[in-house]
Amino acid sequence: MMKRDECFRVLARHITDEAVVATYSSAVDWVGVAPRVLNYTSIGAMGLDSSHGLGLALGRPDKRVVVLQGDGSLLMNLGCLVTIAAVAPKNLVHLVAQNETYEANGGHPIPSPKVDFAGLARAAGYAAVYDFADLDVFTQQVAHVIEQDGPVFATLHIEPSKPLTYDYPSLYDPAKRKAFKAAWQARD
Amino acid sequence: MEAPAANRVTSSATLDGGRIIAAIKASGIEYVLSVPDIVTSSGLLRPIADDRDLRLIRVCKEDECIGIASGLSHCDKRALILIQHTGFLDSINAIRGIAVEYKQPICMMVGLLQHEPERAPRDSSRYGVRIMEPILDDIGIAHHLVSVDADVAKIQPAIEKAYGASEPVAFLIGRSPA
Repeated sequence: MMKRDECFRVLARHITDEAVVATYSSAVDWVGVAPRVLNYTSIGAMGLDSSHGLGLALGRPDKRVVVLQGDGSLLMNLGCLVTIAAVAPKNLVHLVAQNETYEANGGHPIPSPKVDFAGLARAAGYAAVYDFADLDVFTQQVAHVIEQDGPVFATLHIEPSKPLTYDYPSLYDPAKRKAFKAAWQARD
Repeated sequence: MEAPAANRVTSSATLDGGRIIAAIKASGIEYVLSVPDIVTSSGLLRPIADDRDLRLIRVCKEDECIGIASGLSHCDKRALILIQHTGFLDSINAIRGIAVEYKQPICMMVGLLQHEPERAPRDSSRYGVRIMEPILDDIGIAHHLVSVDADVAKIQPAIEKAYGASEPVAFLIGRSPA
């Protein structure tokens, strides 16, 4: 079993000009590990992080988009797997941190800890699907995971975190969103 | 916001889907995000699916559209969400959070299922239709009834305003476009 912040530290070594979409606990950990202008921390509707990511990927096919979603979030928008697989954006990487809890809502369990998200993504038709429970293996493969043609899906099996501080006003600051938009639209 | 029903619709009134699609294109819309709606199925969704100038993204559930449109707007790409009013009601938290509180240019074209075109939506015998305009008013989303051909002229200016001011807008489709 891995820890989310450890996974994100490994991931951050390989992130350059990608948009990284994250919400709730994933956003707290990601922004702590990699504060950067191209972080897109979506607000207001749990589960739609993957849909925001699809829009970003469609709008900038020349750039890559990495979605960092929790298992509770994905469960609230499971249909996104089918939509994303059908649209098939080559530049979208969808990572789901599975700790089997609604962590941001008090740590209550998701309806079933047995759900196989990678299996669901595979059945939906993602181009490549991974399932990681070992940090060494993730470290070894992460570069390939985020660089290959997508849509790519990976489950990260993680422990529940220690209590996090959710500073939503900072996380969802409109100024940060504006800065993201300017940076994301900039052409190389 | 709208003219009284008695002034605006007659039994011989029509709504041309081709004119609506032309207005959508003239508004710079590139993407149509949709869950099928029986009101707009034949007159809008089917021709849009065959239209090479528009990219149709079929989603599983209407709230996905809100996230996708927000992502696209961050790329300066314009999208129109084509759904049924039941899907609008199901997506209300996404609309509240992303469209209203986040002030995103979310443009929605909403078919009023089982609405009687000769009536104003607020006077509909269908509860779900009757509450649409009051809900939009309460959450502060500009809305326009598109029920006769003359209403089509509202579409382009409203979409331009939505993207110019980064704010949502809703078009309520009051009869099945032909």
